[in-house]
Amino acid sequence: MKPSLATRYLGLELRNPLIASASPLNADLNHLRRLEDAGAAAVVLPSLFQEQIDAELEAHETMMGAQANASPEAQSYFPASVQGPYGLGPHLYLELIRGAREALDIPVIASLNGSTLTGWTEHAGLIAEAGASAIELNMYHIPTDLAETGQDIEARSLDIVAAVCGCVDVPVSVKLTPYLSAVGHFATELQAAGAAGLVLFNRLMEPDIDLHRMKLVDAPHLSTQAELRLPLLWTAILAGRLQTASLAVSSGVGTAQDVVKGLLAGADVVMTTSAILRAGPGEMARLVSGLQDWMQAREFAGIGQMRGIMSWQRSRDRTAYTRANYLRILHNYAVLG
Amino acid sequence: MSTRTTMDGNTAVAHVAYRINEVCAIFPITPSSPMADVADQWMSEGLRNIWGNIPTVQEMQAEGGAAGTTHGALQSGAVTTTFTASQGLMLMLPNMFKIAGELTSTVFHVASRSLATSALSIFGDHADVMTTRPSGFALFCSGSVQEAHDSALIAQMATFAARVPFLHFFDGFRTSHEINTLDLLSDADIRALIDDDLVRAHRARGLNPEHPFIRGTAQNPDVFFQAREAVNAYYNAVPAILDIAMQRFAALTGRQYQLFDYAGDPKAEHVMVIMGSGAETARAAAEAMGGKLGVLQVRLYRPFSVAHLLAALPDTVRGVVVLDRTKEPGSIGEPLYLDVVAALAVAVADGTRQTMPRVIGGRYGLASKEFTPAMAKAAFDELNQARPRNGFTLGIDDDVTHTSLAIDPDFTVEKANVTSAVFYGLGSDGTVGANKNSVAIIAEEAGRYAQGYFVYDSHKSGAQTASHLRFGPEPIRAPYQIAKAGFIGIHQFAALERLDQLRLAADGAVLLLNAPYPADQVWDALPRPVQQTIIDRKLRVHVIDASAVAREVGLGGRTNTVLQTCFFAISGVLPREMAIARIKAAIRTSYGEKGQSVVDRNFAAVDATLARLHQITVPAAVTSTRELAVLVPKDASAFIREVTGRLFAGLGDEIPVSLIPADGTYPSGTSALEKRNVSDSVPVWREDLCVQCGQCGFVCPHSVIRAKYYHEDALAGAPPGFKSAPVNARGYPEARFTLQVYVEDCTGCGLCVEACPAVSPREADTRAISMADKAPILVAERAAIAFFETLPVNDRARVNFADVRGVQFLEPLFEFSGACGGCGETPYLKLLSQLFGDRLQIANATGCSSIYGGNLPVTPWTKNAEGRGPAWSNSLFEDNAEFGLGFRLAADKHLEIATTLLLALAPKLGADLVTAITTAPQIHESDIRAQRLRVAELKTRVQALGADPDALNLLSVIDTLVRRSIWIVGGDGWAYDIDYGGLDHVLAQGRDLNVLVLDTEVYSNTGGQASKATPLGAVAKFAAAGKRTPRKDMALQMIAYGNVYVAQVAMGANPQHTLQAFREAEAYPGPSIILAYSQCIAHGIDMRLGMKQQELAAASGYWPLFRFNPAMRAVGENPFRLDSPRPRISLKDYAYNELRYRSLASTKPAEATRLLAEAQASVIAKYLQYEEMAGFDGTKFRSTANAGAGA
Repeated sequence: MKPSLATRYLGLELRNPLIASASPLNADLNHLRRLEDAGAAAVVLPSLFQEQIDAELEAHETMMGAQANASPEAQSYFPASVQGPYGLGPHLYLELIRGAREALDIPVIASLNGSTLTGWTEHAGLIAEAGASAIELNMYHIPTDLAETGQDIEARSLDIVAAVCGCVDVPVSVKLTPYLSAVGHFATELQAAGAAGLVLFNRLMEPDIDLHRMKLVDAPHLSTQAELRLPLLWTAILAGRLQTASLAVSSGVGTAQDVVKGLLAGADVVMTTSAILRAGPGEMARLVSGLQDWMQAREFAGIGQMRGIMSWQRSRDRTAYTRANYLRILHNYAVLG
Repeated sequence: MSTRTTMDGNTAVAHVAYRINEVCAIFPITPSSPMADVADQWMSEGLRNIWGNIPTVQEMQAEGGAAGTTHGALQSGAVTTTFTASQGLMLMLPNMFKIAGELTSTVFHVASRSLATSALSIFGDHADVMTTRPSGFALFCSGSVQEAHDSALIAQMATFAARVPFLHFFDGFRTSHEINTLDLLSDADIRALIDDDLVRAHRARGLNPEHPFIRGTAQNPDVFFQAREAVNAYYNAVPAILDIAMQRFAALTGRQYQLFDYAGDPKAEHVMVIMGSGAETARAAAEAMGGKLGVLQVRLYRPFSVAHLLAALPDTVRGVVVLDRTKEPGSIGEPLYLDVVAALAVAVADGTRQTMPRVIGGRYGLASKEFTPAMAKAAFDELNQARPRNGFTLGIDDDVTHTSLAIDPDFTVEKANVTSAVFYGLGSDGTVGANKNSVAIIAEEAGRYAQGYFVYDSHKSGAQTASHLRFGPEPIRAPYQIAKAGFIGIHQFAALERLDQLRLAADGAVLLLNAPYPADQVWDALPRPVQQTIIDRKLRVHVIDASAVAREVGLGGRTNTVLQTCFFAISGVLPREMAIARIKAAIRTSYGEKGQSVVDRNFAAVDATLARLHQITVPAAVTSTRELAVLVPKDASAFIREVTGRLFAGLGDEIPVSLIPADGTYPSGTSALEKRNVSDSVPVWREDLCVQCGQCGFVCPHSVIRAKYYHEDALAGAPPGFKSAPVNARGYPEARFTLQVYVEDCTGCGLCVEACPAVSPREADTRAISMADKAPILVAERAAIAFFETLPVNDRARVNFADVRGVQFLEPLFEFSGACGGCGETPYLKLLSQLFGDRLQIANATGCSSIYGGNLPVTPWTKNAEGRGPAWSNSLFEDNAEFGLGFRLAADKHLEIATTLLLALAPKLGADLVTAITTAPQIHESDIRAQRLRVAELKTRVQALGADPDALNLLSVIDTLVRRSIWIVGGDGWAYDIDYGGLDHVLAQGRDLNVLVLDTEVYSNTGGQASKATPLGAVAKFAAAGKRTPRKDMALQMIAYGNVYVAQVAMGANPQHTLQAFREAEAYPGPSIILAYSQCIAHGIDMRLGMKQQELAAASGYWPLFRFNPAMRAVGENPFRLDSPRPRISLKDYAYNELRYRSLASTKPAEATRLLAEAQASVIAKYLQYEEMAGFDGTKFRSTANAGAGA
């Protein structure tokens, strides 16, 4: 008998724990359909960025304002419909949500990306109205201001979570940066602020330097399997210790084994983008069947039986997650060397 | 139930016209375009008329087409209208005679405007309407926004009943563009006044095969005359019918109009007769003057009802002064004057009236010349003269034929309870938009009324604007600009250096200065005359650094909210707290749906403004020694000093008739005198990084980047900091290269920076040309420019015309135009002037290129040191191809005459020289230079022949011996639409002429209306829901002729290709046409990236580059060369950088997706078609070669 892959994430019933995380390709309905056909249990749409919202408005205002009321022959250069009360990016995004909901049977998670508590958070309400099953909040922020403290950033982030949760009925998850002094404490605070789930972790898109043009470039790079360790660590530490928040492993998930590891560490779901970008949406089917095969071989009847059995809370040797483990690794490296 | 609101006259008219028509046939023309714009917009929004259907708004290719369509729709029974002005009305004339002759109910709405004579003018007078007098249309005139709104309905009521078509007109700009408070007719009111029985009767008169008849026969001498007289009864009935309509209207709305509205003393002795907005001015003057005066406002001008005129005119009248807003050269008087004289004479003759008053007539207000109460007073006063003058003029100084009446400069009628405010800004700095918003805010308050009128100069980039706003507790009518303002807002501090912007400040007025200085430094930054005026008039000065506030709150450069807040805070027009609350409410309304963050930023701007606005203490004496800038050089010609200089200073109204060229001939090259300094950020050249490729200068729209190479010895005397580099080409060992930026003429568009391929190997993101603040380098750059101009211009015969690098050394003879920053059109014109400028003759269609090319006082077409340069003229919009063909025919004929005379005089002139001249090749620049030398020698020899008639005749045409380069230039609206037939015919003649289509894919000049060049899926005015048909492939159409050179170019995609096409087209001895991709603000792009966008257009296959050169047939090759590779990006990757495409994706996403897919398929299909053509075996083309048949 095949094991059951069903799981719950953010209160949503999912047919399996595989979610296609936010990627530019997820803006294409055909791609989303292929993901669903390949077995994805949910999809996260590409992020709607605070900067995108602001920049669209700014660009719109600038373009509309260029030469407006500057010539006796033309008070404007666009019909009133263009001048009308429409933001561009947000509207397209809402349309994407509606289209995805219509095209898919699986849950559609929208992603909202911003880092300051300003008007952009109101778009969460519009996203929910458009039919998103849940909202993933991404508060990507690089504190280039050396006077800015971690406490400042965390406090602001909690305010944003509270603001967004306050204006929507759908569940809100938070995609976390790993670079925190105390991930666990912050996780509990996010939960208290209303977060229904945590996604571990966000990847920083660090710029590279183009030596020819002496210019910073921002070509994206896909995650590698080595990056899985960090989310595994924190998933394991948090698993079973948050009262309500779901956990998702993200970053570095490339194979079915990685999926298994995430679940064993205690994740409710596992997200992947890089694997799909590398091999196409069909890769999702291989991940699902690989998970199923592994469970069958180990005679797990359902996800619940395996989830978190390798977590900090259920681990017999908790030192594996502490400084002792750190020392052990260094020691082993020295021996091998 | 009416609603009080504010809107401009055009919208007020269209509001009614849209609701009571089924079909609107439209075409854009200033100042009527907004009526068509809003009608099309409403149709796209699904707004319904009073019968519950959505009117069909159909754009046509020309006003002639709009009139034809209107005629057809009317003849088929649809209730139909159109909107137009000026030349557009002229194109409608033939149909108007038909429509009237067939007794067809319709109303044409006309924002009346001057007709082009020695010059085009977009501004308002009655020249256009007066030309329609014999058409048979009833001519019905309104004088204000409210009247125009009401009359649109009254005219429709009357035309249904009378069957005589109506032309409803109102003053262009003064009424069409004035924003004023009005009572808006409700749909129910409109519905109640339109009689559906008459509508059905109109329908029943339409053509219908179910009960056929024939209308539009050809008649013979036997009956045509009777037919013309058969309509008399209908015309006789019009006055009474209109009168009834006015009574019905008044019964419902309370607003009573008369055919002739009389106001003033019932026993007046002197009466002014006038039409349009001037009537209100006349009434204000008469009221202020007191005495036995009256004003008779003519509403129904045709049919002219003598009975109604006499009934309205008091019997006591002894003197009548008739003012016409038109000019009829050679007539004994203008039309209204003659009608009034005739009416009174007839009345006296038949005994209806006992005495014949003295009647005098005068002209006023041509092309929106101000008509003030003081001028009306002067006209009234003239009746008091013992021998009053007839045919006088008002508002100008006619020192030639002495027609002008003296005006009392102190006579004003401004009411004490009216707040008058004048704001000076820069085009697109938000001043006008904010003022429109202020008008709306104030007029919303119960018991408050507002009026806004806006004046612009002629530049498209950095135009000066003046906003005239009045606010008060009573309706504000005053249709004239403010003479004394209680509030002056100066939003651009730099303009104080050039223009007297305190001219209109009343004593004790409040002055708001937006100054880029701390409050305590502003006073010392003012020029001396400005300080003096502030002291003399006891102005109360408030200052703010609006740009700083806007930047700090995240509004970028948009200062409108900041400056609007200042006005409300210090003008006292509303109680301060209430005003601030209203501004915030308006912000919420304007920006609410754009997101809370936008609202928050504007709220923050309001609060920050109140904290940063300071009143400064005005010292008792001036502290500055700086005078206003000198606008033209002191050693310039008298004409430049006395005419051009005063135009630059905004003092054109003061120029007397004697100084104005009577035939419209003006000097070239005045733009170089006007250092406008519109951009604070300018390109800076790094000589150490530059590869001297010429790309930056090639794309510069304003010709501000110049290059020269010269012997290094020429650097002697160069000012400190003058930059140069060794020429980096072989064979110039002692030569230096300088790239000079004319920083005071730069608009800061940044196209040059984007085009620069030279990147610093050691500095981050640094190129050989990059933008920098102008202020720190201005003084040094002025010296550098002055020195650069002393360096010799490079010898054209030694410059390589064949590559972009060489072209940079050719002097541009098109420079510093007023075009928009980043304009996509002007780089092509500059190139044209560089390549062929000294023998170039241009026929320029009306549109953007005629405005930045020839709008006084700025003339960017200039001449070289030899005194040669492009000879440029604009005829009309609809005839430019034919106009240019005329150039060619004249040049060819004169060449023929010159050659004949030359051969006849050969024995006296020297056979060798004559033969050399008549057989000289004139293809390459070296050929041209050689021919110039021969012709110069010839001139000397011909002049030596003295008064020999053949010699004199030869001298009169001798210049045509140097091959003239005839170019016909215009936009896509011209080429694809209004003159398409003419263009087709002209190209078909085989003559040696060249056509350059500056293809922005919309009617740019009138605000971005769709043309047949507008692409599928793009949003434009007249295609508000996205264009549903693909762009016309005019290139293929012209290729079909076989002997027409056709090229499609995009400078940003391949500058070398553009250069090659221009040279081939010019060299080809037959007709040629170049379609040139031109980015435009109407595309909605970051204009700095305009050339990149051209590259994407070609990369996507949307705009393939190609040349069809019939000359290739002579060598058995395929004339069609596809010069750009297969599409390598999707259409979306190109198109969705542009607001015109993306906006549809946000408003109608499904439709946008569908149209994009259709457009993408069309691009691929079209590309494959070109590719197939390019693959043809060349021998297929040989047999039909007919290149340059007529040349």
